[in-house]
Amino acid sequence: MANTSTTTISWDGGSSPMNASYGKLMMWFFLLSDAFTFSALLITYGLVRSAHPAFDGLINEFTFSQTYWPVPEKVFEAVPFLHGWELPLVFVGIMTFILIMSSVTMVLAVEAGHRMDRAAVEKWMLWTIVGGLTFLGCQAWEWSHFIHGTDAGGLLKDGTKFFGANLSLNQYGPPDFAAFFFFITGFHGFHVFSGVLLNFLVYYNTVTGVYERRGHYEMVEKVGLYWHFVDLVWVFVFTFFYLV
Amino acid sequence: MAHHQETTVKVIPPDTAKIKKLWMTALILLVITVFEFIVAFTIPHEYKDLRVWIFIGMTIVKAAYIVGEFMHLRYETKFLLWSILIPTIFIVWMLVAFIYEGSAISEARF
Repeated sequence: MANTSTTTISWDGGSSPMNASYGKLMMWFFLLSDAFTFSALLITYGLVRSAHPAFDGLINEFTFSQTYWPVPEKVFEAVPFLHGWELPLVFVGIMTFILIMSSVTMVLAVEAGHRMDRAAVEKWMLWTIVGGLTFLGCQAWEWSHFIHGTDAGGLLKDGTKFFGANLSLNQYGPPDFAAFFFFITGFHGFHVFSGVLLNFLVYYNTVTGVYERRGHYEMVEKVGLYWHFVDLVWVFVFTFFYLV
Repeated sequence: MAHHQETTVKVIPPDTAKIKKLWMTALILLVITVFEFIVAFTIPHEYKDLRVWIFIGMTIVKAAYIVGEFMHLRYETKFLLWSILIPTIFIVWMLVAFIYEGSAISEARF
Protein backbone atom coordinates (compact mmCIF):
# COMPACT_ATOMS: atom_id res chain seq x y z
CA MET A 1 0.00 0.00 0.00
CA ALA A 2 1.04 3.56 -0.53
CA ASN A 3 2.80 4.59 2.64
CA THR A 4 4.29 7.75 1.21
CA SER A 5 2.10 10.55 2.49
CA THR A 6 4.94 12.71 3.74
CA THR A 7 5.79 14.21 0.37
CA THR A 8 2.40 14.41 -1.31
CA ILE A 9 -0.17 16.12 0.85
CA SER A 10 -3.08 16.90 -1.38
CA TRP A 11 -6.85 16.74 -1.60
CA ASP A 12 -6.73 14.25 -4.46
CA GLY A 13 -6.53 11.14 -2.29
CA GLY A 14 -3.82 8.54 -2.55
CA SER A 15 -1.99 9.79 0.51
CA SER A 16 -2.36 8.02 3.84
CA PRO A 17 -2.88 10.12 6.93
CA MET A 18 -0.66 9.08 9.87
CA ASN A 19 1.50 7.06 7.47
CA ALA A 20 -0.67 4.02 8.04
CA SER A 21 -2.87 2.25 5.53
CA TYR A 22 -6.66 2.37 5.85
CA GLY A 23 -6.85 -1.22 7.09
CA LYS A 24 -4.22 -0.75 9.77
CA LEU A 25 -5.76 2.49 10.98
CA MET A 26 -9.21 0.93 11.23
CA MET A 27 -7.77 -2.05 13.11
CA TRP A 28 -6.27 0.40 15.62
CA PHE A 29 -9.56 2.19 16.15
CA PHE A 30 -11.45 -1.08 16.42
CA LEU A 31 -8.99 -2.23 19.08
CA LEU A 32 -9.48 1.06 20.92
CA SER A 33 -13.23 0.44 21.04
CA ASP A 34 -12.59 -3.14 22.14
CA ALA A 35 -10.37 -1.80 24.91
CA PHE A 36 -13.35 0.23 26.14
CA THR A 37 -15.48 -2.91 26.26
CA PHE A 38 -12.94 -4.89 28.25
CA SER A 39 -12.30 -1.93 30.56
CA ALA A 40 -16.03 -1.70 31.22
CA LEU A 41 -16.12 -5.37 32.20
CA LEU A 42 -13.04 -5.21 34.43
CA ILE A 43 -13.97 -1.91 36.07
CA THR A 44 -17.49 -3.17 36.77
CA TYR A 45 -15.86 -6.21 38.39
CA GLY A 46 -13.95 -3.75 40.58
CA LEU A 47 -17.17 -1.91 41.46
CA VAL A 48 -19.09 -5.06 42.43
CA ARG A 49 -16.14 -6.44 44.33
CA SER A 50 -15.69 -3.25 46.33
CA ALA A 51 -19.43 -3.31 47.10
CA HIS A 52 -18.94 -6.72 48.81
CA PRO A 53 -17.11 -7.29 52.09
CA ALA A 54 -13.56 -8.58 51.68
CA PHE A 55 -12.13 -11.59 53.54
CA ASP A 56 -10.10 -10.09 56.39
CA GLY A 57 -8.89 -13.14 58.31
CA LEU A 58 -5.56 -14.96 58.01
CA ILE A 59 -4.98 -16.23 54.48
CA ASN A 60 -4.25 -19.79 55.65
CA GLU A 61 -7.63 -19.96 57.35
CA PHE A 62 -9.56 -18.94 54.27
CA THR A 63 -12.68 -20.96 53.50
CA PHE A 64 -15.30 -20.45 50.81
CA SER A 65 -18.27 -18.44 52.08
CA GLN A 66 -21.23 -16.58 50.64
CA THR A 67 -20.66 -13.65 53.02
CA TYR A 68 -17.46 -12.23 51.52
CA TRP A 69 -15.64 -12.01 48.19
CA PRO A 70 -13.24 -14.96 47.70
CA VAL A 71 -9.46 -14.59 47.51
CA PRO A 72 -8.75 -15.49 43.83
CA GLU A 73 -5.58 -17.47 44.52
CA LYS A 74 -7.62 -19.78 46.77
CA VAL A 75 -10.14 -20.41 43.98
CA PHE A 76 -7.71 -20.99 41.13
CA GLU A 77 -5.25 -23.51 42.52
CA ALA A 78 -5.95 -26.63 40.48
CA VAL A 79 -3.66 -27.97 37.77
CA PRO A 80 -4.53 -30.76 35.29
CA PHE A 81 -3.20 -34.25 36.19
CA LEU A 82 -2.34 -33.05 39.69
CA HIS A 83 -5.65 -33.70 41.36
CA GLY A 84 -5.79 -32.69 45.01
CA TRP A 85 -2.64 -30.55 44.95
CA GLU A 86 -2.85 -26.94 46.11
CA LEU A 87 -0.95 -25.00 43.48
CA PRO A 88 -2.31 -21.46 43.57
CA LEU A 89 -2.21 -19.61 40.26
CA VAL A 90 0.27 -22.07 38.72
CA PHE A 91 -2.03 -23.02 35.86
CA VAL A 92 -2.89 -19.38 35.13
CA GLY A 93 0.86 -18.71 35.07
CA ILE A 94 1.31 -21.43 32.46
CA MET A 95 -1.51 -19.92 30.38
CA THR A 96 0.12 -16.48 30.62
CA PHE A 97 3.41 -17.97 29.45
CA ILE A 98 1.72 -19.66 26.47
CA LEU A 99 0.02 -16.43 25.39
CA ILE A 100 3.18 -14.33 25.67
CA MET A 101 5.10 -16.92 23.63
CA SER A 102 2.45 -16.94 20.92
CA SER A 103 2.70 -13.14 20.84
CA VAL A 104 6.42 -13.43 20.11
CA THR A 105 5.89 -15.94 17.33
CA MET A 106 3.27 -13.59 15.85
CA VAL A 107 5.61 -10.62 15.85
CA LEU A 108 8.27 -12.83 14.22
CA ALA A 109 5.74 -13.71 11.50
CA VAL A 110 5.12 -10.00 10.93
CA GLU A 111 8.86 -9.41 10.73
CA ALA A 112 9.24 -12.24 8.20
CA GLY A 113 6.40 -10.73 6.17
CA HIS A 114 8.27 -7.45 5.88
CA ARG A 115 11.14 -9.41 4.36
CA MET A 116 8.82 -11.28 1.93
CA ASP A 117 10.05 -14.53 3.48
CA ARG A 118 7.12 -16.84 2.81
CA ALA A 119 8.60 -19.94 4.47
CA ALA A 120 9.33 -18.06 7.69
CA VAL A 121 5.85 -16.49 7.77
CA GLU A 122 4.35 -19.98 7.41
CA LYS A 123 6.49 -21.36 10.21
CA TRP A 124 5.76 -18.58 12.71
CA MET A 125 2.05 -18.38 11.87
CA LEU A 126 1.76 -22.10 12.53
CA TRP A 127 3.46 -21.72 15.92
CA THR A 128 1.10 -18.85 16.74
CA ILE A 129 -1.92 -20.99 15.89
CA VAL A 130 -0.56 -23.84 18.03
CA GLY A 131 -0.10 -21.40 20.93
CA GLY A 132 -3.63 -20.06 20.54
CA LEU A 133 -5.18 -23.52 20.46
CA THR A 134 -3.18 -24.60 23.51
CA PHE A 135 -4.40 -21.55 25.40
CA LEU A 136 -8.00 -22.34 24.44
CA GLY A 137 -7.53 -25.92 25.61
CA CYS A 138 -6.22 -24.68 28.96
CA GLN A 139 -9.17 -22.35 29.31
CA ALA A 140 -11.61 -25.15 28.52
CA TRP A 141 -10.06 -27.22 31.30
CA GLU A 142 -10.20 -24.32 33.73
CA TRP A 143 -13.86 -23.62 32.95
CA SER A 144 -14.69 -27.29 33.34
CA HIS A 145 -12.98 -27.43 36.72
CA PHE A 146 -14.63 -24.20 37.86
CA ILE A 147 -18.08 -25.44 36.81
CA HIS A 148 -17.73 -28.89 38.40
CA GLY A 149 -16.15 -27.60 41.60
CA THR A 150 -13.79 -28.92 44.23
CA ASP A 151 -14.09 -32.25 46.08
CA ALA A 152 -15.27 -30.54 49.26
CA GLY A 153 -17.72 -28.13 47.65
CA GLY A 154 -19.10 -25.17 49.57
CA LEU A 155 -22.16 -24.06 51.48
CA LEU A 156 -24.81 -21.86 49.90
CA LYS A 157 -26.71 -19.14 51.77
CA ASP A 158 -29.51 -21.57 52.73
CA GLY A 159 -26.98 -24.05 54.10
CA THR A 160 -27.15 -26.62 51.32
CA LYS A 161 -23.96 -28.03 49.92
CA PHE A 162 -23.10 -27.07 46.36
CA PHE A 163 -20.32 -28.13 44.02
CA GLY A 164 -18.92 -25.83 41.38
CA ALA A 165 -20.60 -22.81 39.88
CA ASN A 166 -23.12 -21.58 37.36
CA LEU A 167 -24.53 -18.12 36.64
CA SER A 168 -26.77 -18.03 39.73
CA LEU A 169 -25.16 -20.31 42.33
CA ASN A 170 -21.55 -20.86 43.23
CA GLN A 171 -19.57 -22.63 45.92
CA TYR A 172 -16.69 -20.15 45.92
CA GLY A 173 -18.51 -17.06 47.15
CA PRO A 174 -21.14 -14.53 46.08
CA PRO A 175 -22.87 -15.50 42.78
CA ASP A 176 -21.51 -12.34 41.12
CA PHE A 177 -18.01 -13.74 41.39
CA ALA A 178 -18.80 -16.70 39.13
CA ALA A 179 -20.82 -14.52 36.76
CA PHE A 180 -17.86 -12.19 36.28
CA PHE A 181 -15.52 -15.14 35.82
CA PHE A 182 -17.70 -16.47 33.00
CA PHE A 183 -18.20 -13.08 31.36
CA ILE A 184 -14.65 -11.76 31.52
CA THR A 185 -12.65 -14.90 30.75
CA GLY A 186 -15.38 -15.99 28.33
CA PHE A 187 -15.28 -12.73 26.39
CA HIS A 188 -11.50 -12.91 26.30
CA GLY A 189 -11.59 -16.58 25.28
CA PHE A 190 -13.95 -15.71 22.45
CA HIS A 191 -11.43 -13.14 21.26
CA VAL A 192 -8.71 -15.78 21.35
CA PHE A 193 -10.97 -18.13 19.39
CA SER A 194 -11.68 -15.58 16.66
CA GLY A 195 -7.97 -14.68 16.69
CA VAL A 196 -7.08 -18.29 15.96
CA LEU A 197 -9.56 -18.32 13.06
CA LEU A 198 -8.05 -15.12 11.63
CA ASN A 199 -4.55 -16.50 12.10
CA PHE A 200 -5.53 -19.64 10.25
CA LEU A 201 -6.96 -17.57 7.40
CA VAL A 202 -3.70 -15.64 7.13
CA TYR A 203 -1.71 -18.87 7.29
CA TYR A 204 -3.86 -20.36 4.50
CA ASN A 205 -3.40 -17.29 2.30
CA THR A 206 0.34 -17.36 2.91
CA VAL A 207 0.62 -21.03 1.95
CA THR A 208 -1.42 -20.52 -1.23
CA GLY A 209 0.77 -17.54 -2.14
CA VAL A 210 -1.96 -14.87 -2.05
CA TYR A 211 0.25 -12.34 -0.27
CA GLU A 212 3.26 -13.13 -2.38
CA ARG A 213 1.26 -12.34 -5.53
CA ARG A 214 -0.15 -9.24 -3.85
CA GLY A 215 3.38 -8.06 -3.20
CA HIS A 216 3.07 -7.43 0.53
CA TYR A 217 2.18 -9.18 3.78
CA GLU A 218 0.17 -6.40 5.39
CA MET A 219 -2.63 -8.76 6.40
CA VAL A 220 -0.18 -10.52 8.71
CA GLU A 221 0.50 -7.17 10.33
CA LYS A 222 -3.20 -6.31 10.79
CA VAL A 223 -4.14 -9.67 12.26
CA GLY A 224 -0.96 -9.43 14.31
CA LEU A 225 -2.25 -6.22 15.90
CA TYR A 226 -5.43 -8.06 16.89
CA TRP A 227 -3.47 -11.00 18.31
CA HIS A 228 -1.22 -8.75 20.42
CA PHE A 229 -4.31 -6.98 21.72
CA VAL A 230 -5.67 -10.32 22.94
CA ASP A 231 -2.40 -10.80 24.81
CA LEU A 232 -2.65 -7.26 26.19
CA VAL A 233 -6.15 -7.90 27.53
CA TRP A 234 -4.96 -11.10 29.18
CA VAL A 235 -2.26 -9.11 31.02
CA PHE A 236 -5.03 -7.00 32.56
CA VAL A 237 -7.33 -9.95 33.26
CA PHE A 238 -4.43 -11.77 34.91
CA THR A 239 -3.74 -8.83 37.21
CA PHE A 240 -7.24 -7.71 38.09
CA PHE A 241 -9.02 -11.04 38.16
CA TYR A 242 -6.37 -13.47 39.41
CA LEU A 243 -3.71 -11.49 41.30
CA VAL A 244 -5.45 -8.62 43.08
CA MET B 1 9.90 -26.05 1.99
CA ALA B 2 9.36 -26.58 -1.70
CA HIS B 3 6.96 -24.14 -3.30
CA HIS B 4 6.22 -23.51 -6.90
CA GLN B 5 7.00 -19.85 -7.24
CA GLU B 6 5.01 -17.82 -9.71
CA THR B 7 7.28 -14.83 -9.49
CA THR B 8 10.82 -14.50 -8.34
CA VAL B 9 10.33 -12.88 -4.95
CA LYS B 10 13.42 -11.42 -3.40
CA VAL B 11 13.67 -12.54 0.23
CA ILE B 12 15.48 -10.00 2.35
CA PRO B 13 17.79 -11.68 4.90
CA PRO B 14 16.70 -11.32 8.56
CA ASP B 15 17.98 -8.44 10.63
CA THR B 16 19.37 -10.27 13.66
CA ALA B 17 19.52 -7.14 15.82
CA LYS B 18 15.81 -6.53 15.29
CA ILE B 19 14.87 -10.14 16.03
CA LYS B 20 17.04 -10.13 19.13
CA LYS B 21 15.17 -7.07 20.36
CA LEU B 22 11.84 -8.87 19.95
CA TRP B 23 13.05 -11.82 22.01
CA MET B 24 14.39 -9.40 24.62
CA THR B 25 10.91 -7.85 24.89
CA ALA B 26 9.43 -11.31 25.44
CA LEU B 27 12.04 -12.02 28.10
CA ILE B 28 11.21 -8.77 29.90
CA LEU B 29 7.50 -9.67 29.88
CA LEU B 30 8.24 -13.11 31.32
CA VAL B 31 10.57 -11.74 33.98
CA ILE B 32 7.93 -9.22 35.09
CA THR B 33 5.31 -12.00 35.28
CA VAL B 34 7.64 -14.13 37.40
CA PHE B 35 8.27 -11.09 39.60
CA GLU B 36 4.50 -10.68 40.04
CA PHE B 37 4.30 -14.30 41.21
CA ILE B 38 7.08 -13.73 43.71
CA VAL B 39 5.27 -10.66 45.04
CA ALA B 40 1.99 -12.60 45.24
CA PHE B 41 3.53 -15.27 47.47
CA THR B 42 6.10 -13.38 49.52
CA ILE B 43 4.47 -10.08 50.48
CA PRO B 44 1.77 -11.02 53.03
CA HIS B 45 -1.87 -10.25 52.33
CA GLU B 46 -1.93 -7.76 55.21
CA TYR B 47 -0.05 -5.30 52.98
CA LYS B 48 -2.90 -5.23 50.52
CA ASP B 49 -2.34 -1.70 49.20
CA LEU B 50 1.36 -2.29 48.56
CA ARG B 51 0.59 -5.54 46.70
CA VAL B 52 -2.09 -3.94 44.57
CA TRP B 53 0.09 -0.97 43.62
CA ILE B 54 2.98 -3.23 42.63
CA PHE B 55 0.63 -5.32 40.49
CA ILE B 56 -0.85 -2.25 38.80
CA GLY B 57 2.60 -0.77 38.16
CA MET B 58 3.91 -4.01 36.67
CA THR B 59 0.79 -4.36 34.51
CA ILE B 60 1.27 -0.89 33.06
CA VAL B 61 4.93 -1.67 32.28
CA LYS B 62 3.90 -4.92 30.55
CA ALA B 63 1.15 -3.14 28.61
CA ALA B 64 3.63 -0.47 27.48
CA TYR B 65 6.02 -3.14 26.15
CA ILE B 66 3.25 -5.02 24.32
CA VAL B 67 1.72 -1.91 22.75
CA GLY B 68 5.02 -0.15 22.10
CA GLU B 69 7.18 -2.99 20.80
CA PHE B 70 4.93 -5.84 19.69
CA MET B 71 2.20 -3.61 18.26
CA HIS B 72 4.88 -1.23 17.01
CA LEU B 73 3.05 1.87 18.24
CA ARG B 74 6.27 3.50 19.46
CA TYR B 75 7.53 3.64 15.90
CA GLU B 76 4.36 4.98 14.27
CA THR B 77 3.81 8.69 13.68
CA LYS B 78 3.20 10.77 16.79
CA PHE B 79 -0.26 11.66 15.53
CA LEU B 80 -1.31 8.00 15.43
CA LEU B 81 0.27 7.36 18.84
CA TRP B 82 -1.71 10.13 20.52
CA SER B 83 -4.90 9.29 18.62
CA ILE B 84 -4.80 5.92 20.36
CA LEU B 85 -3.50 6.99 23.76
CA ILE B 86 -5.57 10.10 24.48
CA PRO B 87 -9.02 8.42 24.26
CA THR B 88 -7.96 6.02 27.03
CA ILE B 89 -8.57 8.99 29.35
CA PHE B 90 -12.19 7.81 29.32
CA ILE B 91 -11.08 4.50 30.85
CA VAL B 92 -9.27 6.33 33.64
CA TRP B 93 -12.34 8.45 34.26
CA MET B 94 -14.59 5.37 34.39
CA LEU B 95 -12.18 3.70 36.80
CA VAL B 96 -12.18 6.65 39.18
CA ALA B 97 -15.97 7.08 38.99
CA PHE B 98 -16.74 3.38 39.53
CA ILE B 99 -14.32 2.85 42.39
CA TYR B 100 -15.77 5.94 44.11
CA GLU B 101 -19.26 4.59 43.51
CA GLY B 102 -18.28 1.12 44.72
CA SER B 103 -16.94 2.34 48.03
CA ALA B 104 -20.08 4.47 48.49
CA ILE B 105 -22.25 1.37 47.97
CA SER B 106 -20.09 -0.56 50.39
CA GLU B 107 -20.48 2.15 53.03
CA ALA B 108 -24.24 2.29 52.52
CA ARG B 109 -24.62 -1.50 52.80
CA PHE B 110 -22.23 -2.38 55.63
